[in-house]
Amino acid sequence: MTYARRAFIVLWKDVVTERRSKATLNALLFFSLLLLFVFQFTLGTDREHFVTALPGLLWLGFVLSGLLALGRTFLVERENDCWDGLLLAPGDKSAIYLGKVAANLVLMLVVEAILLALFAFFFNVDIGRALPALALVLPLGTLGFAAVGTLFAAMTAQVRAREVLFPVLLLPVEVPVLLGAIKATEAALLGEPLSAVAPWLQLLVAADVVYLVAGLLTFDALLEG
Amino acid sequence: MSRILGWVAALALAAGLVMAFGVAPREITQGNVQRIMYLHVPTVLVAYLAFAVVFVASIVYLWRRDPAADRLAHASAEIGVIFTGVTIAAGAIWGKPTWGTWWTWDARLTSVAILFVMYLGYLLLRSMIEDGERAARYSAVLGIIAALDVPLVHFSVYWWRTLHQAPALLRPGPATMPRDIVLALLANVVAFALLYAYFMVKRVGVLRREEEAAA
Repeated sequence: MTYARRAFIVLWKDVVTERRSKATLNALLFFSLLLLFVFQFTLGTDREHFVTALPGLLWLGFVLSGLLALGRTFLVERENDCWDGLLLAPGDKSAIYLGKVAANLVLMLVVEAILLALFAFFFNVDIGRALPALALVLPLGTLGFAAVGTLFAAMTAQVRAREVLFPVLLLPVEVPVLLGAIKATEAALLGEPLSAVAPWLQLLVAADVVYLVAGLLTFDALLEG
Repeated sequence: MSRILGWVAALALAAGLVMAFGVAPREITQGNVQRIMYLHVPTVLVAYLAFAVVFVASIVYLWRRDPAADRLAHASAEIGVIFTGVTIAAGAIWGKPTWGTWWTWDARLTSVAILFVMYLGYLLLRSMIEDGERAARYSAVLGIIAALDVPLVHFSVYWWRTLHQAPALLRPGPATMPRDIVLALLANVVAFALLYAYFMVKRVGVLRREEEAAA
């Protein structure tokens, strides 16, 4: 079985599990909706205020729901000793990492799409024009988030106080991705061409590549023992 | 050996003080407050050095699985966090009279603050894992990711905003500062690098004895 095929099987397994149980997805959607309420309460009804804060709020929503989703990546494997089964799979273990990153990317993108629609609906924002640009920016930002998040989830899965440790480790590392994604999202929502934020997009691509490669190379070291 | 290094570091620090307060001239616009630079700049440079050591030692650990490399990374991260803390504190004390504020979300302040919390997280992760070998492996992975993140943080935050004075020392072209100021600065950089080396020797020794006692 090829490397890509093994990674894909992990992805497929996670997608099927999530589609059948909807455990994470349902909780995340509910959580996102509650976040919208909180944003509304904190910002009040000042429309102008809200529009300037919108890109940051969107990513705050993505990050908070992403933290919940990613933190669970390897916890689900604990039931019925699934984790041991995964590890018994032959070949390079980084395929598991790649599959898990892909699964997290898919899950987060689904949540982000729904959160985006909820934003447009509840706050009366016209995002139609921005959709093509967002279709590029969101995956770029989310990939960087998922690449490190999946790695750190594997790291903290077996550590005490993991619920606290996971965000504490992940958030500072993700600062470049967050800044880049927020700036690019801002440009997209304002209807500016993406070429205006080309340096930020390049930064996002660079971060994605660096994180993914580092994750693929170091994942193996997290598994022993 | 470590005692000699300690004395050399102490002497260098004393010489650095003399250079900073005696030899270096009083800066015209900022006055004596500017002398904080002789603490602020060396500590941040040594902190970067310390985190670079964490990076290299982490790679070596994952490659060779040598506990000595892990002790090096552990000690260096601790000292780096302390030095970063001193940098931030000294910078704030300088910033209040000069910029009129203790803290501002300027590019370099922000990136150093992110560095600080990133490596605090590193130490936190270490403290949360009892098994030494696992703590070493996990920290090595985090040490590598954190170091790779430093340039990304630097560029992103730099594009985001900047207000800080451009670096006058580490940049191409002739230095814009008077010779005595440069000399005082370099003397202090050397002094703090020696202090770092002394702390490293001591801390690595303590870590080794702790491991021996636990074994």
